[in-house]
Amino acid sequence: MPATAPTFVRREMLPERPPPPLEAGAVRWMRENLFSGWVNTLLTVASLYVVWWILAHVSPWLGNAVWNAGSLSECREILDGVSGACFAVIRDRWHQLLFGFYPPEHYWRPVLALVLLLVALAPVLFSELPRRLLWFSAAYPFVGYFLLWGGSAWLPLLAAAGFGVGYLAWRLTAPGAPLAATVAAFVAPVLWWLFAAPPLLGELRDAVPLGIDFVRSDSIGGFLLSMIIGISAISLSLPLGILLALGRQSDMLFLRSVCIGFIEFIRGVPLITLLFTASLLLNYFLPPGTSFDLVLRVVIMATLFAGAYIAEVVRGGLAALPRGQYEAADALGLDYWKAQRLIIMPQALKISIPGIVNTFIGLFKDTTLVVFIGLLDPVGLSNSIRADTDWNGIYWELFIFIGALFFIFCFSISRYSMYLERKLQKGH
Amino acid sequence: MKKTAFLGALAAAGLAAGVASAQTLEEVQERGELNCGVNTGLAGFAAPDANGVWQGFDVAVCRAVAAAVLDDPQAINFVPLTGQTRFSALASGEIDMLARNTTWTFTRDADLGFTFVGINYYDGQGFMIRRDYGIGSALELDGATVCIQTGTTTELNLADFFRSNNMEYEPVPIETNAEAQQQYLAGACDVYTTDSSGLAATRASFETPEDHVILPEIISKEPLGPVVREGDEEWGDIVRWTLNALIAAEELGVTSANIAELAEGTDRPEVNRLLGTEGNFGEVLGLDSDWAVRAIAANGNYGEIFASTIGEQTPIGLSRGLNAQWTQGGLMYAPPFR
Amino acid sequence: MLLYDTRYRSVTIQIVFLMLFMGAIAWLVDNTITNLAALNKNFSFDFLWESAGYDINQTLIEYDNQMSHGRAMFVGLLNTLLVAVLGCALATVVGVLAGMLRLSKNWLTARLLAVYVEVFRNIPTLLWILIFFAIMTEATPSPREFRGDDPAASMLLGDAVAISNRGVYIPAVEFARGLGTLNLHYFNISLNALAVIGVIALSFYANGRLLAHATRVQNATGVRPVTWWKSVLLLVTPLLVMLYALDAGLDYPALRGFNFGGGTHLRNSLIALTLGLGIYTGAFVAEIVRSGILAVSRGQSEAAAALGLKPNLTMRLVILPQALRIIIPPLISQYLNLTKNTSLALAVGYMDLRSTLGGITINQTGRELEGMMLLMLIYLIISLLISGAMNVYNSRIKLKER
Repeated sequence: MPATAPTFVRREMLPERPPPPLEAGAVRWMRENLFSGWVNTLLTVASLYVVWWILAHVSPWLGNAVWNAGSLSECREILDGVSGACFAVIRDRWHQLLFGFYPPEHYWRPVLALVLLLVALAPVLFSELPRRLLWFSAAYPFVGYFLLWGGSAWLPLLAAAGFGVGYLAWRLTAPGAPLAATVAAFVAPVLWWLFAAPPLLGELRDAVPLGIDFVRSDSIGGFLLSMIIGISAISLSLPLGILLALGRQSDMLFLRSVCIGFIEFIRGVPLITLLFTASLLLNYFLPPGTSFDLVLRVVIMATLFAGAYIAEVVRGGLAALPRGQYEAADALGLDYWKAQRLIIMPQALKISIPGIVNTFIGLFKDTTLVVFIGLLDPVGLSNSIRADTDWNGIYWELFIFIGALFFIFCFSISRYSMYLERKLQKGH
Repeated sequence: MKKTAFLGALAAAGLAAGVASAQTLEEVQERGELNCGVNTGLAGFAAPDANGVWQGFDVAVCRAVAAAVLDDPQAINFVPLTGQTRFSALASGEIDMLARNTTWTFTRDADLGFTFVGINYYDGQGFMIRRDYGIGSALELDGATVCIQTGTTTELNLADFFRSNNMEYEPVPIETNAEAQQQYLAGACDVYTTDSSGLAATRASFETPEDHVILPEIISKEPLGPVVREGDEEWGDIVRWTLNALIAAEELGVTSANIAELAEGTDRPEVNRLLGTEGNFGEVLGLDSDWAVRAIAANGNYGEIFASTIGEQTPIGLSRGLNAQWTQGGLMYAPPFR
Repeated sequence: MLLYDTRYRSVTIQIVFLMLFMGAIAWLVDNTITNLAALNKNFSFDFLWESAGYDINQTLIEYDNQMSHGRAMFVGLLNTLLVAVLGCALATVVGVLAGMLRLSKNWLTARLLAVYVEVFRNIPTLLWILIFFAIMTEATPSPREFRGDDPAASMLLGDAVAISNRGVYIPAVEFARGLGTLNLHYFNISLNALAVIGVIALSFYANGRLLAHATRVQNATGVRPVTWWKSVLLLVTPLLVMLYALDAGLDYPALRGFNFGGGTHLRNSLIALTLGLGIYTGAFVAEIVRSGILAVSRGQSEAAAALGLKPNLTMRLVILPQALRIIIPPLISQYLNLTKNTSLALAVGYMDLRSTLGGITINQTGRELEGMMLLMLIYLIISLLISGAMNVYNSRIKLKER
């Protein structure tokens, strides 16, 4: 072999050359994502046109927005013929849209109630927090009621004491007769609320007048009302929905048919007819002369409504659970309720969380329907604001504000549910 | 988690639950507050002012009753009601009396179980249209699009009117007065129809009221009056005679200015009987003898109320017309106090 | 004790429950009877046969204010069904398009549709309906503006369509040599429409036979005969002949008096309600379609690609048939929701079942109890029919599962 081999084999690496300009950076990204074919290009052009059209119509209107004016005509004067939004109405009435006719000097109370609600929800939503906080969550309904409606502090205290009475009755009778204890745990609080609490309330109120100003239900409105109805109905409907789902799965024929009938009836009629029942018909079904707070009636109806939907969601969760879980619980010798509490429900509820959250968002949006029975939710208030001579003829600004409020609220909840879904999926 | 969120409210509601038995008077006195159903907002008749205090012609009737029964014209809880919810609120006992421009009709009185205690405003349904249409009579409205508020007697009257005059129209039913105004102003309907007092109130709230005319035809009789539940005659009498006291006071020349002086006693027996210095009319009603004095002192007599809420000096600008005293050619005629 | 013996426990509990349940029902009925008696009312549906006295603007069947409340209820029911069908159709079109496009490779389009879905899903329907209603009344000219020598607004498509703030007026088909109507005692059926529908149905049936024949030929010989011109002939000619025989023409809308006259009047309330419900529900449908397509496992499309199928054939023959099984059940429950949401019609003054029977009739007659019960019953029947259809579908696809 000659010593001088031909040197056609390259021995050192060439420096890397940059990719061709069409295959790199933003250009490549655009080629791949926006213009990869004629369909794709067409879509891009169409989308750009839509975006441009919306911006061209909305941006001058938003850009010229007037924030400082006393009435619509003043707004128009300032705008001087140019198209522009008159967000002065929001500035003028935002407190009504948020709180309704709640006395302004007490605005801190709903705000505080909301903050405390977040505190009370935190241990439920995030499992990392200390479990002891759950005690506060349990107490929150009373705290929330007291803050929102006010009145004598003894009322929520005595109502809460009912649960203490129930627990006490259960503890006292439990060692002897477990069945009697269950009955006692239900009967004692009812007796307490019916017979012991009202006279005691009068006495205590006279002796130690502890409390804050009472706010009537009809002065509660706006977004606050939507929140109250939505949140209390959904938290009340959870236990109801679970019971209905269990009833629907039960092998007791009569119980099952009643549950199915109830669920299908509620799901088959529009919410608005239930609300009308609450406002027009309830006085037919109750003993002559009973009438109670319209907000409470609406909450009850919304609870029944959401309960039926939650029941279906939970039923889906129960159905998704492998049969082996039930059998394992039986094999361990757990009774029905213990099996439900320790094995079935924790798993079934975990599966149903997205559905429950969706039901909640749906219910929250549906609280706007109370406008049809004369309650002043944000949509109702937008009507009464427009009835005012100053703001007669204003539409968009109010709708945008209300829509934005709902969007922020519902969107963040749905994001939270997605986060939860992902977190729970990792657990497998 | 919050199984009990509303048990507190339930308890509160239970305590506050009203009982619609025959003893409305005792209940109101015990409660210390009169529950009065009013319009959700109709300028001049019932609307909360900037401070949230309810003002208006219908509100004044509530105030007079509260003054007569509770000695405090402010001791009222106003319950705003829509056309659709007003009767069930009264039937269920949610309110003690309804003063919400409600038309006295046969069905409502005889069939629905309510008692109309009198008439505080004689109204009729009319039409409002833009001036530049150049239309002078409702008979020229063939083919027009008409905005109506649902849940009232107006839609029946409207149907009758167009039918009997052999005209076509397109009804646009609207839920609230505000929405109807908006539709009318946007030109989505040519004509807006409701009680002519309501038309006047609505027109007064427009930016340029002079661009709109109220047509001369009144197509229906709409006697408006306060309503109570049937079956409690005592309470019905109180509301009825409070209203009559206001009307009689105007006839007899008793005003809020001179009532203190007249209540000392006069040489006119009817005034004395009205103001309780003679006879025991208050006792018969279950009240004290000064009841009428307080009722009249609350807002003045019928004429004063009219003038200060919807009269010609107010933005609503209604003339007395049918609602003048019978001595002045109107229909206001209180039965005698004797 | 009966409760501790597992043989009797279930029966015991049920008997106790039954007694409580019956007690509650009896209590409610007793209260109702007492209350009705106290109000001097009776429980009867006689009011349905009384004269209604009010007018309805949109009537699909003949109606005037002298007819009965029952008739008005029926008119309302038809209006409810009309808007429900229109809304469902719109929701399907919008939702399927948006769901597919969200999966498109185009970054911008996918983002834009994600925004659409989120914005519409998270804002209440009622607000959307009101917004569309506001757009229709505020952003369109009133009929007055079409008037005069130099009108501020003009009709579109050669004076055929007018968009005004009272609604959209489009030309209507009319038959100069009509066949009259068929009087069925309770309502009339236009024989013209019946004839046209019959001809169309027959043409489609014939076309179906033709295609089936072509498939048979293809299966036997391997060559599919050319059928498109026969199809066109079959579908178009009979209709044209029929229309000519009836001397069909278009009735154009024109300004008459206060309003446009002639043509078909699509009222703003109908349009706003259809748009509001359809586009709102469309956002949910889009999500259903998207997740349905995503749920078909990747292996399926890869296998299809390995067989050499083109992307659009993969979609049509492999993905969609499997995705539809996942899509249809939630889709039907969205239809159900939309149908129930038509009860918001009152907000824009659309005279649906809720506004006629549940609104004006109840108000004029004072029969809240009977009216609301009837109203709920009708909605319940509609819902049960829809969910019955869903169950039938579910059991049918279950059988095919292997």
